[in-house]
Amino acid sequence: MASAELPVLKPADYGTDQDVRWCPGCGDYSILAQMKKVMSNLNMSREDTVFVSGIGCSSRFPYYMNTYGMHSVHGRAPAFATGLKSSRQDLTVFVITGDGDALSIGGNHLMHVLRRNVNLNIILFNNRIYGLTKGQYSPTSEKGKITKSTPMGAIDNPIHPLSVAISCEATFVARSIDVYIKHLADTLERAVAHKGVSFVEVYQNCNVFNDGAYKWATDKDTKADTVLELEHGKPLIFGKDRDKGIRLNGMTPEVVELGKGISEDDLLFHDEKTNDPTLAYLLTRMSHPEFPEPIGVLRDVDAPCYDDAINYQVQQAKQSRGEASLDKLFNSGDTWVVE
Amino acid sequence: MSTTTDETTVVKEIQPLEEATVRFCGDSGDGMQLAGTQFSNTSALAGNDIATFPDFPAEIRAPRGTLAGVSGFQIHFASHDIFTPGETVDALVAMNPAALKTNLGDLKKNGVLILNSNAFDKKALGQAGYESNPIEDDSLSGYQVFSVPMTSMTRGAVDGLDLSVKEADRCRNFFAMGLVFWLYGRSMEPTLRFIEAKFSKLPAIAEANRRALKAGYNFGETTDAFRSSYSVEKAKLPPGKYRNMTGNQALAWGLISAAQLSDKKLFLGSYPITPASDILHELSKYKNYNVLTFQAEDEIAAVCAAIGAAYGGEMALTTTSGPGMALKGEAMGLAMMLELPLVIVDVQRGGPSTGLPTKTEQADLLQAMFGRNGESPLPIIAARSPADCFDVAIEAWRIATRFMTPIVILTDGYIANGSEPWRIPNMADLPKIEVTHPGPRSEDDPPFLAYQRNEELARPWAIPGTPGLMHRVGGLEKQDGTGNVSYDPQNHHHMVLTRAKKVANIAEAVPPQEVMGAESGKVLVVSWGGTYGSCRTAVARLQAQGQSVSHAHLRYLNPFPRNLGQLLGSFDKVLVPELNLGQLRMLLRDKYLVDAVGLNKVQGKPFTTTEIAEKIESMLM
Repeated sequence: MASAELPVLKPADYGTDQDVRWCPGCGDYSILAQMKKVMSNLNMSREDTVFVSGIGCSSRFPYYMNTYGMHSVHGRAPAFATGLKSSRQDLTVFVITGDGDALSIGGNHLMHVLRRNVNLNIILFNNRIYGLTKGQYSPTSEKGKITKSTPMGAIDNPIHPLSVAISCEATFVARSIDVYIKHLADTLERAVAHKGVSFVEVYQNCNVFNDGAYKWATDKDTKADTVLELEHGKPLIFGKDRDKGIRLNGMTPEVVELGKGISEDDLLFHDEKTNDPTLAYLLTRMSHPEFPEPIGVLRDVDAPCYDDAINYQVQQAKQSRGEASLDKLFNSGDTWVVE
Repeated sequence: MSTTTDETTVVKEIQPLEEATVRFCGDSGDGMQLAGTQFSNTSALAGNDIATFPDFPAEIRAPRGTLAGVSGFQIHFASHDIFTPGETVDALVAMNPAALKTNLGDLKKNGVLILNSNAFDKKALGQAGYESNPIEDDSLSGYQVFSVPMTSMTRGAVDGLDLSVKEADRCRNFFAMGLVFWLYGRSMEPTLRFIEAKFSKLPAIAEANRRALKAGYNFGETTDAFRSSYSVEKAKLPPGKYRNMTGNQALAWGLISAAQLSDKKLFLGSYPITPASDILHELSKYKNYNVLTFQAEDEIAAVCAAIGAAYGGEMALTTTSGPGMALKGEAMGLAMMLELPLVIVDVQRGGPSTGLPTKTEQADLLQAMFGRNGESPLPIIAARSPADCFDVAIEAWRIATRFMTPIVILTDGYIANGSEPWRIPNMADLPKIEVTHPGPRSEDDPPFLAYQRNEELARPWAIPGTPGLMHRVGGLEKQDGTGNVSYDPQNHHHMVLTRAKKVANIAEAVPPQEVMGAESGKVLVVSWGGTYGSCRTAVARLQAQGQSVSHAHLRYLNPFPRNLGQLLGSFDKVLVPELNLGQLRMLLRDKYLVDAVGLNKVQGKPFTTTEIAEKIESMLM
């Protein structure tokens, strides 16, 4: 083959000719745009990338990426991706899912793909509502949420995706927000770079059925006080004037004001690399409005991958048992000859 | 009672037999499956044709001594070709009263009945519902009863090995085996080799089992109780090298072979379920054959992972039993829409719901046909016997790849756990399975069409990693050719018809239906799956009497072979024996408007030859 330079692909080269059929103003557009940008930035090969999705608005995503893709069945994308990645380790595999897809019908599979640490990139679009089925509450909807299926208010407690991820030993856990364009792109890039399962929750607005669900995090007047950007090795500081921080009081985080005897050194420092999941879990429990909600990488640790292990066992078996010969197998053990 | 008086030179008569059926039965902890398996292997190695029928309770260990906990293993062996594990039993070994009670009804008049007399105590008799000891009253007078204190003799044999009483008693099954080995002139060598291998790390247990086996054998030889033993000569099977195989093992080996014949990795996504789990266990042993086994979190994940592997271009497989296939239904529909090759194995068991997990039934045919939403046709093929599973596995993958379709293999618990001799093939003699993937394209080439079909309507299997073939698949309706999402009504209608036509085309690619016997006549017996043996034997028996009956056994259930309609029309009457309420019959009646008659049984047990022969006779009258 000629050693021609590979063409540098622009973000648009990663898109398809298909009409994107999300509602105008949907947060999904932003995620799609950032994904193309990230693939271009990283010069990712289209033919070696596969997007696998379940069912829901977010799960239409593969149709809009000029890569390989599979729009599968509700909630099961992690399982398809596990089979694909296990048998084709050379591919980069993304799982695109939503809060309903991943946490309701697919809760079981999400739990298992995370604990197995399959080398996949899972992007969960969380708009806290069922969009495709037109407006029922989702597993992340707040208690008391009034929707078509809960006219008197939802009585279920919401699930916290990042808490679930940490509990399942996910090795990379992060959060971003659809309109935080640069932050989102950086987070996706880090997810791709991580070897092992990456779980990224993206707060995403559904302007038709749940508009403004994250207004507190996106409104320029409030976001500095309600969102905390995590940086490895740095103290947890937030606020317009960067005058507030998070301190540990025993096992409990608390919001403190800097100055008046409290310095940066008194604050909790972020360590995404620590193997112990306790601190990362603690971050997942910080919720608006009591706390600013952390975004960025909560956890990024190394651990053996499932897809490596399943293939390693094959290699190991080949080494210890020698060349596989079916003729030898068939003729092994007790046999007899009929003349 | 014996005419031989010189104890040191006991010369016993050996009666030649053409065939015999032996059943071991006892408590589910008594090792009856092991005894039966060893006896089967030994008989196979002695050159007999064999057919076996293991029968066990659904509970791992039902309470000891109860009727619910009886486990049995039946072996039919013969000096000629046989197709069933036999119906009535020539020799029955019953390790306790419960086993006697539940199995005696199948013993022939004057048949050999070997009992462990130690187990016939008051408590055990009571548990089995006996008011008096059958060994002591005259209720067993119609049989040749050999009441042997197996427990105490086994304990005696292993004395000095420093075993606990429990460990010593667990060797009883080897004593029983030894006795039956003597009775049918079997060599102990294969079982001694088995003991050596199996218990190599437990020398005391190995020695105890060896001693128990020999003690049983020697007891047969020396005691006056047995006046004669039996011999069954080698069967005249087609020449070749053979080994004994269960259906699940043959299926697993066939699947590995199919992968190798198509130069593919084998990816199995599976979730444990009786009676299919042994396929997962078997495949897990052969990772050095490029076999990846994924024990998923549930049935749905199992099939979905397999579909993922299929999309990646590997040989994808999922194995399950009826309730598991019910869970896989949605994903099977997706695989049908994606038009990817995928093998779905359903080892049928008694249903519905959890039903009778350890018992056999063939009632998933309609589930395989129709158990999905929308128009979702899938090819279905069924294995007829344990050894046949090997060929069916290869055939399934050949069809799946040629037509780019998921395919269902139906076997059942009876085939899966039963065993028979398998003629060992040479891999070089098996035809390769040619699989092609389209190659790379450049930007200047016309766009790749993922749903552009060949003359047989199969679409190309383009795999990720190939430049220029990027495409998206999914469960939403596809635009013809491009595979883009399409809600166009005419396109949907066209695609539904096309997918149906593609599956129907398979009939042209499979052999025409064979018939055993004349191609026209009074009665045609049409069967599928595990009823093959009893149907074939019944028809052969009646044909030998000059009756006008023929037998067509279907391997291809969807689509049916192209000549089937004509064949059905060539007989006055059609009989369809099935272990369900008439599922194949319904399909035949629907497709061919033939007034097929059913013989249906849903008892968790296979047909006996007699049941089928009697029904045929009634139709011939």
